Amino acid sequence: MNTPLLEVSELRKHFPIKGAFGRTVGAVKAVDSVSFTLQRGTTLGLVGESGCGKSTTGKVLMRLLDPTSGSIKLDGEEISTFKGKELNAFRRRVQMVFQNPASSLNPRASIGAAIAAPLIEQGIKPPGGVKAKVRDLMDRVGLRPEHANRFPHEFSGGQRQRIGIARALALDPDVVICDEPVSALDVSVQAQVVNLLKDIQRDTGISYIFIAHDLAVVKHMADEVAVMYLGKIMEQGSNEQIFADPQHPYTRALLSAVPSVELDAALTERIRLGGDLPSPSNPPSGCVFRTRCPAYALLPETDRARCADQVPTGEVACHFPSAPLAAVAAHR
Amino acid sequence: MLSVKNLSVQFPTDDGMVAALNGMDLQLHRGETVGLVGESGSGKSVTSQAIMGLFKETRAKISGEITFEGTDLLALSEDRMRTFRGKKIGMIFQDPLSAMHPFYTVGSQIAEAYRVHNKVSRKAAKQVAIDMLARVGIPDPKKRVDNYPHEFSGGMRQRAMIAMALVCEPELLIADEPTTALDVTVQAQILDLISELQAETNSAVIFVTHDLGVVAQLCQRVVVMYGGQCVEQASVREIFTAPSHPYTRGLMASMPHLSGEDDRLTPIPGSPPALLDLPSGCIFADRCEFAALVPDNRCQNERPQLLVTGEHAARCHGHEMSLLPKTIKVGA
Repeated sequence: MNTPLLEVSELRKHFPIKGAFGRTVGAVKAVDSVSFTLQRGTTLGLVGESGCGKSTTGKVLMRLLDPTSGSIKLDGEEISTFKGKELNAFRRRVQMVFQNPASSLNPRASIGAAIAAPLIEQGIKPPGGVKAKVRDLMDRVGLRPEHANRFPHEFSGGQRQRIGIARALALDPDVVICDEPVSALDVSVQAQVVNLLKDIQRDTGISYIFIAHDLAVVKHMADEVAVMYLGKIMEQGSNEQIFADPQHPYTRALLSAVPSVELDAALTERIRLGGDLPSPSNPPSGCVFRTRCPAYALLPETDRARCADQVPTGEVACHFPSAPLAAVAAHR
Repeated sequence: MLSVKNLSVQFPTDDGMVAALNGMDLQLHRGETVGLVGESGSGKSVTSQAIMGLFKETRAKISGEITFEGTDLLALSEDRMRTFRGKKIGMIFQDPLSAMHPFYTVGSQIAEAYRVHNKVSRKAAKQVAIDMLARVGIPDPKKRVDNYPHEFSGGMRQRAMIAMALVCEPELLIADEPTTALDVTVQAQILDLISELQAETNSAVIFVTHDLGVVAQLCQRVVVMYGGQCVEQASVREIFTAPSHPYTRGLMASMPHLSGEDDRLTPIPGSPPALLDLPSGCIFADRCEFAALVPDNRCQNERPQLLVTGEHAARCHGHEMSLLPKTIKVGA
């Protein structure tokens, strides 16, 4: 097997909590020992609920935040220690699309200038000139090139997200990290942007890290999926594995919580998680999911002790993936 | 019980009149749950706010009719409206943090809502608040009643707001995107709670949402909105198995499914209409793939009427003239 494009291992990002006199009194473990690989030309979906660390992971990969520990390898080269010039050159290869296109575009710069900014910043002179490149990019994402002199407020939400995508593509990166790129958009427009991202991948062989909380969108986008909870990956596998045959109780609960439009679907398992997300500054010992786990309550005492003492590892981070869950039959 | 007829709401702005609602119709029976679906700017929130009488004493221009149990709500004075608001009609908002006062405890805000309509002592009202918090599933309500909104998690705040809206046992509950800001697992809890409470109290619910999955799970009837009009209404089963209006069909096709095999979405081209300058014909015509089937440019020139056939109503020339192709089954 060839080297993966991106290889992340044991990645941690802890934010210190400062007490009196600037002493560190604790840490928010936003990302805690996350490992995954991304193959060239594929999409890895990072899913999870708010506060699970998916966006922080994206920012660390982009080196917008420095990792606390762990390694990030791009084409086999360690990039987590890059500084200065090296870091600048690295940014040519990894770009990002943000959730809110309204706040990630400068309202006083024309969109042509916004799309050209990465080229100018990096001092790249594309053959044919910057203007021609911008026109190409706008055409590529379905914007009319003659609108290059307009300003962000003249565009709708979906069009602004297209601008954000054009800007991310300006440097011909290998990886684009998409942080909730469609969650601010209406369904009919969301589908346009999802299709656009897929078309670009088909034509250019680009790779995506697709961060989203919407499982249905991830199912349409991703080849590989990693499900995160409280800074850790609970389960990862191929799209088919995760959606057709989920193993981890959290993945199963998450999937069963999505409201379905299938009116006559057979009685599917309906798992409800009680309570709220524990604080990431003081996560539960052992398995972080055990406080809300629908299997934990039914486990015998000895097995529960194991969940509390040992951190589960592996593709399915669960000590007892086949244990019965406290499920409620669906009713309509 | 509630009847909205030909309701129009316009807001004066510096750029001209924004036509937020253009002849909205809605009927609601006792004990029924109706889903109000549409994308941003379709007028679903404006409809619910108009029913609550929240545009009284603003510059909004309102015409049409809102009758609640025989009373014309639009003709009521603000003082009289207050006796309805909270007592007969309750409302839950999308963002509980901004809907609650940060300086008062959750309990005192629920108690206040009760004391406005019922002559009871503070102590008795506080007991009512505690009971109500227990009913919406807040653990340890005796202690929690003295907490401030910021001490609650997102899901608990939404529960507290439901408690506040239901404390006077209104006959109609308007829920304006109550789960949009929540994670799926918490959303599932809140949806269960709303249907349980509704079964207990037999109140009618207008559920405003953009998520068709939520509608399928919770509602009996659906009203689809576009450009400030109802474009289609029918039972949930009808809407999902035999949608008539091209917009409804487009919405279903553009929605990513968890169970879908097809990994390409079918978006609706273009973007929602600008409410400042609405076309004189069908508001959806410029995005409609079937508009060309209708002769004489009728779709461009003439605003279609809501055609009611039994329980199913749609606003479309093509549908009226039976020019639309048979629908494909979406859900079921």
